[in-house]
Amino acid sequence: MFDDLRDLYQEVILDHGRKPRNFRRLEDADRHAKGDNPMCGDRMELWVKLAEDGAIADAGFQGRGCAISMASASLMTETVRGKTQAEARELGEKFRSLAMTGTCPDCGTAIADEMERLQVLGGVSEYPSRVKCATLAWHTLNNALDQKQEAARSE
Amino acid sequence: MDGAMMSPGFDVERVRQDFPILSETVRGKKLVFLDSGASAQKPRAVIDTMVRTMETAYANVHRGAYNLSEKATAAYEAARSGVARFLNAADEREIVFTSSSTAAINLVAHSYGRGVLKAGDGVLISEMEHHANLVPWQMLRDAHGIELRVARITDAGELDLTDVEAKLADGVVKLVAVTHMSNVLGTVTPAARLATLAHAHGAKLLLDGSQAAVHRRVDVQAIGCDFYVFTGHKLYGPTGIGVLWGRMELLERMPPFLGGGDMISEVSLERFLPAPVPARFEAGTPPIIEAIGLHAAIDYVEAIGMEAIEAHERVLVDHATAKLSQIEGLTLLGRAQDRGGVFAFALDNAHAHDLATLLDRTGIAVRSGRHCAEPLHARFNVESTCRASFGLYTTLGEVDYLAEALVKAREFFN
Repeated sequence: MFDDLRDLYQEVILDHGRKPRNFRRLEDADRHAKGDNPMCGDRMELWVKLAEDGAIADAGFQGRGCAISMASASLMTETVRGKTQAEARELGEKFRSLAMTGTCPDCGTAIADEMERLQVLGGVSEYPSRVKCATLAWHTLNNALDQKQEAARSE
Repeated sequence: MDGAMMSPGFDVERVRQDFPILSETVRGKKLVFLDSGASAQKPRAVIDTMVRTMETAYANVHRGAYNLSEKATAAYEAARSGVARFLNAADEREIVFTSSSTAAINLVAHSYGRGVLKAGDGVLISEMEHHANLVPWQMLRDAHGIELRVARITDAGELDLTDVEAKLADGVVKLVAVTHMSNVLGTVTPAARLATLAHAHGAKLLLDGSQAAVHRRVDVQAIGCDFYVFTGHKLYGPTGIGVLWGRMELLERMPPFLGGGDMISEVSLERFLPAPVPARFEAGTPPIIEAIGLHAAIDYVEAIGMEAIEAHERVLVDHATAKLSQIEGLTLLGRAQDRGGVFAFALDNAHAHDLATLLDRTGIAVRSGRHCAEPLHARFNVESTCRASFGLYTTLGEVDYLAEALVKAREFFN
């Protein structure tokens, strides 16, 4: 009945949705933000630990929401670890374009591997009402890095 | 399966032919539209009436001394009479056209709320109100100092009448404003009993009939309520048209809500004299085509018969209750004795939005989220739900298909 949905709900997404990675509060975090899509009920909290040079040493999150939002946050925390803040922001920007269009033609070689990992979420572009679920984590990361107090929203 | 077997005189397959959209496909699948509680589909009769009006009989109303305007005015006022008959109002002037149920409730909250209620008076709502029957009262509380009380509901999703009575007991509450049928739980509230209770304690009763008027015969005089609101687009009519019915003696005590053309009897640069009811509440050019479309929708359901529609729906509700209850891992919100065709549910291993996306792939349209009833979801401690809501065109086969899809969805996420 749902075979053709495997493009959206790939096994990787279901797996990250069921067992999100880095699903933990970082007690010694340097950056922190909340993400909240109140209309659809996706909410999360993100913690970031910075290295001495300002790069992202570790990232963890906790939250509740749909499989897409949880898998996206999980994949994000894995992907941004070890990246500079500028690289993480660029990834976020490219990811949003991927989520909206399904492709990322100008994703340069420098971040090609990371984008390939995130490509599993490209299927949401077929479902306009679900794009916000996939991008909430990245909006939350931006708010954390910008040290914004208010919760990030993507709806 | 053919509902006609159980509901004599009602042939659901024939009814379905009246709705052009039901032959549409969604992502290659036959459309199974289970979101009529959000907005219902439109029969050919409504579509044609509105098109014909624009093509042959359209002009502004109550203004022109020319033939077209007279024709449009007659059709607009005939719609008012049609609505009055539909609700069994004592007087057709008690029918006020608004743009929606939301606008109708806001009209009462603003006009009756500020014009008749005094600071310190109480308004009693319930935990299962749509935001449209919650936020206007919060706004009135903040602006005008009324006391807002909230009646509890039981775990079964029924209004707790003991709590209603307790909150009326001190006589502070002057207006009870509750739903006639919950848009999430499907619960039909005991309207006549509420009217008796409210009146016994010196309060008036407003019923939000946005859902109920679609599924039941509503007789405002038999119920004994004081205000009743409903909307066109859930009753197979167009968007942009809603109805406020109020008892004449109450409407006459209410000041105008919006100012503008059509709501005055005299105006100078210094002052105005408001027009009589209902024109007093219909400032500006009204939704003319929409009112005429609503009239066509009422004629359509009346031709089928509200009793036949209710009987068809009872069969659907019993069938859906039995089918959905059997699904492992599925929680149904609310189990009211008296309920209509609205089912909110959650699966233990799937978020409502993931579930709605899956169902969409099978052609099934359901709503997901909190259905404009956030406090109600908090009351049942659920983040969000999917909601299947039925219309007169819903079939037993569609209910079976939904149940089958839910079982498969649960397997998918395992």
